[in-house]
Amino acid sequence: MQLAFQQFINALSLGSIYALVALGVAILFSILRLANFAHGELMTTAGFTLYMTLASGWNWVLAVIAAIAASVVAALILERVAYRRLRNAQPLTLLMTSFAVSVALQSIFLLTFGARPKGIELPAFVDASFRIGGMRVQWLDIAIILITAAIVFGLTLFLRKTVIGLALRSAADDFQTTRLMGVKANALFVGAFVLSGMLAGIAALFYFATVPNVVPSSGFEPMLKGFIACVIGGLGSLPAAIVGGFLLAFLEVGSDALLSDNFSPYLDAIVFLIAIVILRWRPGGIFGVRLTAEQRV
Amino acid sequence: MATQGAILSIAGLSVSYGTVHAVRQLDMEISEGETVVLLGANGAGKSSTLNAIVGLAPRSGGRLVFAGEDITRKPTEAIIRSGLALVPEGRRLFSNMTVRENLRLGAAALSTAEFDRERQALEDMFPITRRRAHEQAGLLSGGEQQQVAIARALLARPKLLLLDEPSLGLAPIIVNTIFEIIAELKRRKVTILLVEQNAERALSIADRAYVLAQGRLELSGAAGSINATTLEKAYLGEREHA
Repeated sequence: MQLAFQQFINALSLGSIYALVALGVAILFSILRLANFAHGELMTTAGFTLYMTLASGWNWVLAVIAAIAASVVAALILERVAYRRLRNAQPLTLLMTSFAVSVALQSIFLLTFGARPKGIELPAFVDASFRIGGMRVQWLDIAIILITAAIVFGLTLFLRKTVIGLALRSAADDFQTTRLMGVKANALFVGAFVLSGMLAGIAALFYFATVPNVVPSSGFEPMLKGFIACVIGGLGSLPAAIVGGFLLAFLEVGSDALLSDNFSPYLDAIVFLIAIVILRWRPGGIFGVRLTAEQRV
Repeated sequence: MATQGAILSIAGLSVSYGTVHAVRQLDMEISEGETVVLLGANGAGKSSTLNAIVGLAPRSGGRLVFAGEDITRKPTEAIIRSGLALVPEGRRLFSNMTVRENLRLGAAALSTAEFDRERQALEDMFPITRRRAHEQAGLLSGGEQQQVAIARALLARPKLLLLDEPSLGLAPIIVNTIFEIIAELKRRKVTILLVEQNAERALSIADRAYVLAQGRLELSGAAGSINATTLEKAYLGEREHA
């Protein structure tokens, strides 16, 4: 029972990280039909910023702000340099571009920081824990879960109560008609990239707090999990991305807990197999989002 | 080129989709307070004309002057912000959003206070926007959606309202309601460019009419001067200017 509760907390915490990554991916996909594989590199940018600032003795609050800011700035640079001119391009062109951007950024990280892992000197409180009954629960997990809940709540308010939030939602539904409302296309794209970058930055903080070293390819795995979460939930829908993130984490933690240690090297393969079965059953994801030609930008 | 008092002047407008010429060398003018109807058979280029005015259709030639400003090369959002509003064919409400959220987007450039004022001013004319404010727009009937779509376009107080086939696909009794709304807008001196299949109803409400056939202007003149015979000739492409 105790173990089950502990695993439940683990799954919620891991699910929170996946959900944040998936949300960042889904925002760009829903509006631009852009599968941004460079989303992982936005997280790596935040990771290296965290490494550099903490190693230089910055206060952790400032380091956190700098890491999120770096990820947002990187997202804005990508929008301006790589994606803006491709706004009306075919999805395949966008996909290839995002791969190219991802590889280019990894190369820049490699040239700048080298291939060896850089240990992030996290503040001591990250490891702090408390006990309930006989169980040890990390404060970090609780913080990740609560902050993610607050972000999802804040994002929901933003998307429902502000004009730019409404416009982001309507653009995901029908981009042309959104322009007919007098909403500037550039503002929408910049808004979407800022949100996506911010979510990547926050997800990176949580990710590197649990895996405290950064290499040029660090962002790949969480990005891949975020994408799978999106696809399981239903690509293009934000609530579906959140559900997909938690589902993926529960599958992962559940498989790990239920299967013997002999299977642990195959954990990802087992989880992906379950994901394939889900998609065989519902090809559009659990929420069955259908993408018609009209919905595309 | 532009006549005194013309809110919109179109000179030599051409629209092409690849090798298909949807509109050829169209000249048109709309004066402030006028209700002008653009008629034509299916595929005559009516919707392409409206979409070209707001920059959504590819213009291959011509010049557009709106409220004294050349809008030929402006992006859609800038044209809308200069005072044009289009109610697109098929209404195109954001179906997953509530009626109120749809309306808020129609007034994207306004502050919340201004939006509330404008919205309340329109509620008498469009009671549906109050009664079903918090329902998903996609759940409304076609006629109700059309009313919300027109209200959404009016919220920014446009200098010229473009209506693309507002009666399309609606039951006859609902069509009456939509034409009553257009008549009321005319009484309120809203300048309107209306595209309609229902020529008889449209001519009964309009001041002037333009008739397109295969992308070309076939007939233009006072709405009262156009009857079934001249219209039929124009639809068949027999050029005449009343």
